[in-house]
Amino acid sequence: MKHDIFEKNSMVLMIGILIVVSIGGLVEIAPLFFLSSTIEKVQGMRPYSPLELAGRDIYVREGCYNCHSQMIRSMRDEIERYGHYSLAAESMYDHPFQWGSKRTGPDLARVGGKYSDAWHVDHMRRPRSVVPESVMPGYPFLEQRKLDYSDIDKRMQALRVAGVPYSDEMIEKAKSDVVAQISPDSKESKALLERYPKAQVRKFDGTQAEEPTELDAMIAYLQMLGTLVDFTTFDAAGPNLR
Amino acid sequence: MKAASEEFIVLSGATATIVSVLGVIVGLILALFGQDEVIRLHGLLFLAASAAAGYYVMTHPRPVDADEQSHYMDGPVKVATIAAVVWGIVGFAVGDLIAWQLAFPDLNFDLPWTNFGRLRPVHTSAVIFAFGGNALIATSMYVVQRTCRARMFGYWLPYFVVWGYQLFIVLAASGYVLGVTAAREYAEPEWYVDIWLTIVWVAYLLVFLGTLWKRREPHIYVANWFYLAFIVTIAMLHIVNNLAIPVSFLGSKSYSLFSGVQDAMTQWWYGHNAVGFFLTAGFLGIMYYFIPKRVERPVYSYRLSIVHFWSLIFIYIWAGPHHLHYTALPEWAQTLGMTFSIILWMPSWGGMINGLMTLSGAWDRLRTDPVVRLLVVSVAFYGMSTFEGPLMSIKSVNSLSHYTDWTIGHVHSGALGWVGMVSFGAIYCLVPWLWKRKGLYSLRLVEWHFWTATIGIVLYITAMWVSGITQGLMWRAYDNLGFLKYSFVESVEAMHWPYIIRATGGLLFLIGGVLMAINVWRTIRGELSSDIAEQPASAAAPELRHVPAATPAE
Repeated sequence: MKHDIFEKNSMVLMIGILIVVSIGGLVEIAPLFFLSSTIEKVQGMRPYSPLELAGRDIYVREGCYNCHSQMIRSMRDEIERYGHYSLAAESMYDHPFQWGSKRTGPDLARVGGKYSDAWHVDHMRRPRSVVPESVMPGYPFLEQRKLDYSDIDKRMQALRVAGVPYSDEMIEKAKSDVVAQISPDSKESKALLERYPKAQVRKFDGTQAEEPTELDAMIAYLQMLGTLVDFTTFDAAGPNLR
Repeated sequence: MKAASEEFIVLSGATATIVSVLGVIVGLILALFGQDEVIRLHGLLFLAASAAAGYYVMTHPRPVDADEQSHYMDGPVKVATIAAVVWGIVGFAVGDLIAWQLAFPDLNFDLPWTNFGRLRPVHTSAVIFAFGGNALIATSMYVVQRTCRARMFGYWLPYFVVWGYQLFIVLAASGYVLGVTAAREYAEPEWYVDIWLTIVWVAYLLVFLGTLWKRREPHIYVANWFYLAFIVTIAMLHIVNNLAIPVSFLGSKSYSLFSGVQDAMTQWWYGHNAVGFFLTAGFLGIMYYFIPKRVERPVYSYRLSIVHFWSLIFIYIWAGPHHLHYTALPEWAQTLGMTFSIILWMPSWGGMINGLMTLSGAWDRLRTDPVVRLLVVSVAFYGMSTFEGPLMSIKSVNSLSHYTDWTIGHVHSGALGWVGMVSFGAIYCLVPWLWKRKGLYSLRLVEWHFWTATIGIVLYITAMWVSGITQGLMWRAYDNLGFLKYSFVESVEAMHWPYIIRATGGLLFLIGGVLMAINVWRTIRGELSSDIAEQPASAAAPELRHVPAATPAE
């Protein structure tokens, strides 16, 4: 039988295996980097502000993706429950993506603006105080911990290497922008809004402390989720038709 | 068998010493200059492990027993076998804890280190990589030597592979608990842990290939094709999927190189083929050696094994996009993923048929030998979950099943039923063979293990079918005025009892694992078997078969 060549030469067998297992990945993954239709053209997407990024890092650290998706599928009930189906453009700056695979809790792709900050504070502290049937763990430690943003500029630099369009100015102002986003009506917060349009500026955790807590960052992130893309100008037809 | 030369042993010892010195230096740098607590702790662990390894190597310059060099090398196999048993219990226990957390959320204790989000990766990594991985390393190292009739390649290298792999597990799991994660399912270890695994994995490939090169059989046995495909493909998947930009080379945090839709596609290309090559190809290697050996029958069809090997590895790699149906992944990729997932049913069942039909003429062994029953029922579960998988990859079915517990149930019928049971069967074969015993301590205890595990699995997967389909239907239900009928939290409430039943099933499976540990421990200690008369000849170590009873014990 002709199969002998694989059975008698370990290197031929190994190279044969490598060729056979490479094809599927090459066909399915490589074009996604080149086909321009992969990511829709939209208005409003921007990189995360430093405080939102710090919040996202906490979301990642706590493993929220194990129970919450951030991907609304194009089905009637999902759109009515959660809002417009998610676009590829909406996670184009997400390193890593957090689409999730399981909804033990609801989808969070458009949770921004759905609940008040005060609700989120209570919910994080004791989830069953606002949703009695919830099985979510409590995160009371977030409001007690000072946010560590000592390397936020370095984190943004790493993301820039990976392709997120952070400008030199954004990176230079990163640390002061963290504070600016919890200091409403300040001069710095106006400059922040120039750099990050639609960013929400307020003290998110309900306290008056000057230093941001981890809870500030987390709520700042949750409150902006799904709010960036301007759907009044989004056209699913034309070049965005996939 | 040719003994390793004196020069080879000296060279291996020198290399091992240099590597451990390097390890101490790297560990020291991370421990002293690390920019966060976790990387400093991991530096310390790395330093301690390297120092211990270096000390051991330097105090053991040459083999205690020169004669040993002319036999198979079973030391690393023993380490990995015990590790599989221990990590199995850890993985099942953490899994059952988080299952109870979903039914009774107060069990999270609302502490960072005990919350579900951090413990779930501990569970998945512990069962897949720690339990499954050690079972694969143990069996592959055992099988490749026997089927090549050659001592394992390397002197210290195989020990580096098994102990380096345990270090990887400890670094990964302790990182998750302390909040260090790359946040991509089954690829959660951070960049520096990934680099360590890559080094260990390349050493593993070298040990495996090196043994194939030394073989004294003209043909490479079919189990080894599967093991080789598993090792090579996991290397490819691991490296590509974990490409990342570290924030600092002295810090634990990194960001994945890809983003959004490309990241999702890469991750599920990895994720589904962690199933395909880690949890399937590798374990098919186990099936192809241990079932024929235990029932003393040849593999059913050689031609079928060739066809299903190449078709399985070619088709599996395409199946990833079925995890992303109706998402922002372009539709052409979804359709490709679905198509290949359905085709995958055939090679999967080719493997199942080859495994089951190997029992031709020995079906009575199902009744008399619970170890055979574990092996055969595992193949039956393999057949069931490789039918369910293609079914769930069909887009219209997936629209209901995705994001629900049905997926969790499907994974566990494969993981508990196939991977778990085939590993248990292999471990029950291996332990008397490795430690040169005439049989297991107790075959009746295996019987108990089989039934607790089987009942546990049935409770688990039926509970998840009920809860998954209920969730899917509640989410899409409309009332007669055209409004969504249920709020999300009503579907959470409906899961309470299925979650209790699932956790009970998991507890039974865990109890089975503990029974196995007791049996393995007593067999290793050499306690007299209570039911040796009932055990088949193939239960004894090969050296002890057909030997007069009067032979003194070793």
